Amino acid sequence: MEFLIASAIGVMTAAGIYLVLRLRTFPVILGISLLTYAVNVFLFTSGRVVAGAPPVLRDDVTTYTDPLPQALVLTAIVISFGMTAVVVMIGLGAFLGSDDDHVDDQPDTLENEPEGKV
Amino acid sequence: MSLFFIVALPFFGALLPGLMNPAGRSACAGVTFTVTLAAFVGLLTNLPAIIAGDIVTARVDWMPALGLNFTLMLDSLGFFFALLILGIGLLIIAYARQYLSRNDNMGEFFTYLLLFQGAMVGIVLSDNILLLLIFWELTSLSSFLLIGYWKHLPEGRQGARMALTVTGMGGLAMIGGMLILGQIVGSYDLSVILQNRELIQADPLYLPALILILLGCFTKSAQFPFHFWLPHAMAAPTPVSAYLHSATMVKAGIFLMARMWPVLSGTTEWFVIVTTAGLITMVLGAVIALFKHDLKALLAFSTVSHLGLITMLLGTGTAFGAMAAVFHILNHATFKAALFMSAGIVDHEAHTRDIRRLGGLRRLMPVTFMIVMLAALSMAGIPLLNGFLSKEMMLEEAHHTVLFGSHWLVPVLATVGSLFSAAYCFRLISHVFFGPVRDDYPAKPHDPPAGMWLPPALLIIPVVVIGVAPFVAEPFVKLVTASVLGNAAEMPSAHLKIWHGLVPALYMSIIAVLGGLAMLFVFRPALRLWDAVPRPEAKVIFEAIITMAVKLSQVLVLPLHNGAFTRYAAIGTVTIVVAGYYAWTTGTVGAPMHDMQTADPVLISGWGMLVAATIGMVFLHRNRFLSLILMGIVGLMVSIGFVFLSAPDLAMTQFTVEVVTIILLLLALNFLPNNTPIESTVLRRMRDVAVAVAGGLASFALAYYYMLRDPVATSISEFHLANSYKGGGGTNVVNVILVDFRGFDTFGEIIVLSIAALLIYALTEALLSGPVRTRLLNRKPDQPQAGGVHPMMMVVLTRGMMPVVMMVGFYIFLSGHNEPGGGFIAGLIVSIGVVMQYMASGFSWTSARLKYPYHGVIGAGVLVAGFTGIGSWFVDKPFLTSDFTYVRIPPFQEFELATAALFDVGVFLSVVGAVMLSLESFSRLARRKDAVDSEHPMDIDPSRSDPVPRTAGEGV
Repeated sequence: MEFLIASAIGVMTAAGIYLVLRLRTFPVILGISLLTYAVNVFLFTSGRVVAGAPPVLRDDVTTYTDPLPQALVLTAIVISFGMTAVVVMIGLGAFLGSDDDHVDDQPDTLENEPEGKV
Repeated sequence: MSLFFIVALPFFGALLPGLMNPAGRSACAGVTFTVTLAAFVGLLTNLPAIIAGDIVTARVDWMPALGLNFTLMLDSLGFFFALLILGIGLLIIAYARQYLSRNDNMGEFFTYLLLFQGAMVGIVLSDNILLLLIFWELTSLSSFLLIGYWKHLPEGRQGARMALTVTGMGGLAMIGGMLILGQIVGSYDLSVILQNRELIQADPLYLPALILILLGCFTKSAQFPFHFWLPHAMAAPTPVSAYLHSATMVKAGIFLMARMWPVLSGTTEWFVIVTTAGLITMVLGAVIALFKHDLKALLAFSTVSHLGLITMLLGTGTAFGAMAAVFHILNHATFKAALFMSAGIVDHEAHTRDIRRLGGLRRLMPVTFMIVMLAALSMAGIPLLNGFLSKEMMLEEAHHTVLFGSHWLVPVLATVGSLFSAAYCFRLISHVFFGPVRDDYPAKPHDPPAGMWLPPALLIIPVVVIGVAPFVAEPFVKLVTASVLGNAAEMPSAHLKIWHGLVPALYMSIIAVLGGLAMLFVFRPALRLWDAVPRPEAKVIFEAIITMAVKLSQVLVLPLHNGAFTRYAAIGTVTIVVAGYYAWTTGTVGAPMHDMQTADPVLISGWGMLVAATIGMVFLHRNRFLSLILMGIVGLMVSIGFVFLSAPDLAMTQFTVEVVTIILLLLALNFLPNNTPIESTVLRRMRDVAVAVAGGLASFALAYYYMLRDPVATSISEFHLANSYKGGGGTNVVNVILVDFRGFDTFGEIIVLSIAALLIYALTEALLSGPVRTRLLNRKPDQPQAGGVHPMMMVVLTRGMMPVVMMVGFYIFLSGHNEPGGGFIAGLIVSIGVVMQYMASGFSWTSARLKYPYHGVIGAGVLVAGFTGIGSWFVDKPFLTSDFTYVRIPPFQEFELATAALFDVGVFLSVVGAVMLSLESFSRLARRKDAVDSEHPMDIDPSRSDPVPRTAGEGV
């Protein structure tokens, strides 16, 4: 089971990095989302994984999973939504304003560097 | 008056002149004067204590853990400097009122001046060296504003920049030195540091600390080789030059050397560094000053020279030297401030400061002439004026000083310095005021109104009084000297007097004065010689160094930081992987502590789908819509994984967030191209694959290693499990952690989420108010549109679903404390319910029925959460302490009332508001001109009598 989870993390990370290295905004955003999954799952596993041991107190249950990473990952998931939305909005604004959705500065749009004189 | 008020008055008063600007120039100057006067009187109320030899202190603990406390101390040295700062400040303010023209913004000027004044008073009253450093940096910043006050002058801006660069760098060095000093002693309080002379001087770090602190002092007080910034700072208005560059700021370095004198001085290192630097500065400044044609430049270099003189006196490390230094600080402040103000008067009246264009002003400006003559003669060291007394003492001290094993070096150089000093004073008097009256002045000079000449004239009074009757100043000078000396040396028995007998100092003085007069007669040939000799121009060197630093940083930065995001991402990834690999190979790897758990078939199939969808995304990412669907699968599999791995809360959150994220990305995709073109070369893609595989392998290895081993230290989770019910009143530990144990974190997180939503709203507003708006309105859909935009089936279904969704949300919210659920998840669920209404009936129909704006919902959420936290203050508990009780209202079951639930309401509201505001902003972009918003909830309504719906036929 640990191998499956770790490999899932690895695959999501690799795919995320590959997409982040693309040249247009949309794949980069998808890549960031994939990295978010990978990071969240990874943080979650820092409590070590158990099946069938809920973090909810019950009289008939003796082993519990680690609740702390869960609480931290929960807010991380919600915040990552907010961050994705902001990044998407910035990407969208850039595209609508310049008709260009490259993530890198384009050579022909580069301005001449000012000489640093006032 | 409490010391706090004396320091705080200028800072708070700084607000007033800026605000008073519309009230007129006199009002501005008046309020500034009043503020300074109040601080000045406050200072004087402490005089009896100072005379009695007490040290007045005031203390507030600020950050005791860092050793940073707001401690102030007023001893006679601090009193002396504060008196100079505030007293001369008063004169400068009165002078500046007359000096500044109608075009100058007077409120701004006085605001800067008061800021500077406050910072200076702060330096001299600080008892904590960290606090002193803060004020020190503040003087650098406020002097930058003052020097560059005439923003239209390039010299002003350049001079201000140079001053800030040099003094700022010195300030940075001094921070290092002070921190070392604090480490050696174990306290940052001056009063403690000053008691530990032996400890400090025996420490191996004494020399680095000394050098760093001296760097700070030398840059501030313009000592060689940092003297070059001061003349360039003369581009400032004259009141600034008179205040900063004669009486206050440049004395800050001197002050600090005097302050640290008991613990730093007396060693060979101190003696050699400080005396040498002072001696060179004194001679060099005096020589350059003689050949300057700009009145203010002459005075600037003369200031450099006199600062060198004081530095040299402090450097000798003897008690007599210290006393002479204190005396000369007093004398120099009086005559030099008067001279600067007079130079300003000449400039103001004759419209030039160039000595070559002046002359004969004696008859035209008799009052100014008197002032300049007395001040300049005092500076030249003529008897019966105060400059003579301290110069005699300096020569006396120089006579006894042996530097580099030579008995001659210091006395000869001191005499040469005095000679040139006398020469430029004589030149100042004779070339400006004597000679024939000319008829080619740029303006017809005459004496200014009394408001302008009175301040320098007042300063002449002490020049003469001390000069004639030095015993008047003696008690005060000795009082100040006592606090410079501390316990390090005995008070010298010498008295301040005019006649010491036929001592060597007298001969040296006579040589200097006669030599100075002789110099005046050979001035023209000497000037030709001076002009013929090539000299290094400090400004050129400085600019070259700056250019070199800029070039160097560009060489370092530009290849890495060239605007290509992909490059940063690749470099970052590789760096992290390499660092991790290094840690892995150099650390120890323990054996696995567990066996691998067997995998469930459900898990394996989920894993298969997740991996397949992820890899599919990589291969199909050019089709953006398809890759979005695949991302949905990945998210769903992650949620199922959470269910399986005993994290019900996470599963619910992930699932609902997935829904809103996909809706959001779909909305965005509406405006973006549908496909990603192939742009990168095969080689580049291979490189990216290599980077990605390396990153993936690394994270796999890390996670795999991690999961098979126990943590090295016991986790704090046990505490949470044990106290969740007892302390937090809930059985769902995850939720109790969120709203109770780590409630403050959650509070911060909902604020972050809210800010993100508001940011999106602001960006949308910006887009819609710009040229993009027309483009969006005229946008043509690139694909055929479905006929019915608001189909009846969907409308009916979502209306029916709404109460159900609300109820589910409500249930999840309420049960959250004891069962999986809570404010976050309930907020997401309710948002999805509302979003469905938008999807079914359109933006305008839904918005028209919206009662509360989403910003308000966000704000209410944050406020509710915040007030819940504040509520615990009323029962004297820390922020966000929770409490709960169980109540039973028949016929319901017994249920729990917890303040944490109220906090959760805040979380709920913020999440609903943030999610809805983000999605709503995106939909606002989607309006088009040709698609008229329907006023009806659905396209076809059997109960309506319009058989041919407009929108249905419109689809292209």
